[in-house]
Amino acid sequence: MTEALSISGINALYGDSHVLHDVSFALNSGRVLALLGRNGAGKTTCMSAIVGFLPPRDGEIRLFDEPIARLAPETISRKGIGFVPQGRRVFASLTVRENLDVARQSRHDAVTPWTLDRVCDLFPRLRERLYQHAGSLSGGEQQMLAIARALMGNPRVLLMDEPSEGLAPLIVAEVGRTIARLKEAGQSIVLVEQNLKLALDLADDVVMLNTGRVVFAGAVDEVRNNEALLTQHLGIF
Amino acid sequence: MTMQFWVIQTLNSLALGGLLFLLAAGFSLIFGLMRIANLTHGAFYMLGAYIGVSILQFISNLWIAALLGGLVVALFGGLVERFILRKLAGNELGQVLVTLGFAYIIADFCLVVWGGDPIPLPTPEGLESPVEIAGFMFPAYRLAVVAIALATGVALYLLMERTRLGAMIRAGVDDMQMARAVGIPVSRLFTIVFCLGSALAGAGGILGGPIMSAYPGLDADMLPLALIVVILGGVGSLVGAFVGSFIIGFVYTFGIALFPQLAYVILFLPMIVVIAFRPRGLFGRAGA
Repeated sequence: MTEALSISGINALYGDSHVLHDVSFALNSGRVLALLGRNGAGKTTCMSAIVGFLPPRDGEIRLFDEPIARLAPETISRKGIGFVPQGRRVFASLTVRENLDVARQSRHDAVTPWTLDRVCDLFPRLRERLYQHAGSLSGGEQQMLAIARALMGNPRVLLMDEPSEGLAPLIVAEVGRTIARLKEAGQSIVLVEQNLKLALDLADDVVMLNTGRVVFAGAVDEVRNNEALLTQHLGIF
Repeated sequence: MTMQFWVIQTLNSLALGGLLFLLAAGFSLIFGLMRIANLTHGAFYMLGAYIGVSILQFISNLWIAALLGGLVVALFGGLVERFILRKLAGNELGQVLVTLGFAYIIADFCLVVWGGDPIPLPTPEGLESPVEIAGFMFPAYRLAVVAIALATGVALYLLMERTRLGAMIRAGVDDMQMARAVGIPVSRLFTIVFCLGSALAGAGGILGGPIMSAYPGLDADMLPLALIVVILGGVGSLVGAFVGSFIIGFVYTFGIALFPQLAYVILFLPMIVVIAFRPRGLFGRAGA
């Protein structure tokens, strides 16, 4: 199996505070990897390091074997990292259509490239709101827009940071179904998620972080019924 | 005071508002996108006026001079952005100080090359004499300046609101980091916006030449007005720059005409009121 994304030995700091310690994990092509951990465990920092917001001090990040650590965020995006950030961060003053349009990137190796039409088929509600300002959408619609916007870049790896956060249960289920459909279509995904059930339902592999260190990496089945592991590192049950 | 006084001062206000818009539109976009208060912007305006003086010695057509002068200033602005400001990315204070330094350098350069006496630019042929509309006499050139400002406003609006490039610039103003994360080539946008803003300032200086002349200190007279316009209208907002320019055009013109001793009070008071009650300006956005 090809490694879509591999992270090896990265250390990241916010000022003086050392947030990621020697973090390594790998995502295989076409798989969903759930990155789990308590608040402050370093999940979002991991995302920031991969997309280039917080360049890691050392270590390697490779996208299909091409090094991408410490490149500019726009270059990393153009190499094929799609990003659905925590808090959605849609461009509020742009219309839905403009949000999708500015993020459009073609990639020669995309089998069925994402287009405005195709993302609207995935999220019919966005089609109804194409000319509305993104800031006026509901939280759920903004989340769909954030996912659609990332897809418009035809990413080779999609990073999703807390896509279910702050959404009503019905919408969470819808977001979950969407991620499942993307997975079926062969999209490689790293999913950061506080909603453990959603994460375990979707993931093939699990990586757990605790205080900035990888404390577990393995198949989802090893986690699902391992209450000790879940209690120790996620503080649940 | 006669009716003619009010009509003429209104037109003067509109003409000043138009020139201010050419200056402030670029200033606002640069400020909104790059988070730099470009203190060279007034100097770009003055440099444009002086370059216009020189071009007009060879080509006696103000419109062509404005186009060429705008291009020269755009080129200069592009070089400053690419080779100086780019090196200071992330250091916003450093960038602002560099733009202030360039403002002084340009001012001295103009003094050396064009001397210390005001140089009026000739009014284009056919627009020297006033036109009569509804019994009032209007200076034709000022009407033309207002028309150019309106046309520029419409063109900029279409660029910003109807093109993908404009949407990318607005996305950058909204959330720069996220814009980069979706692959928008932000550094190219910086250069484009900086060149565009410089071009508008330079061309504005030439178009303002027949009204204001080119003189040492023109930069320092115009920069505070541009700052006030942007604070009033809201950083990064084209509509804000447009409305703010004409508000300041009126306030400044009538302030000087009616209460010359209080001109600066009248000018800065609305800015202070806006900062106190609407810190993001009339058309500013949260987060911008």
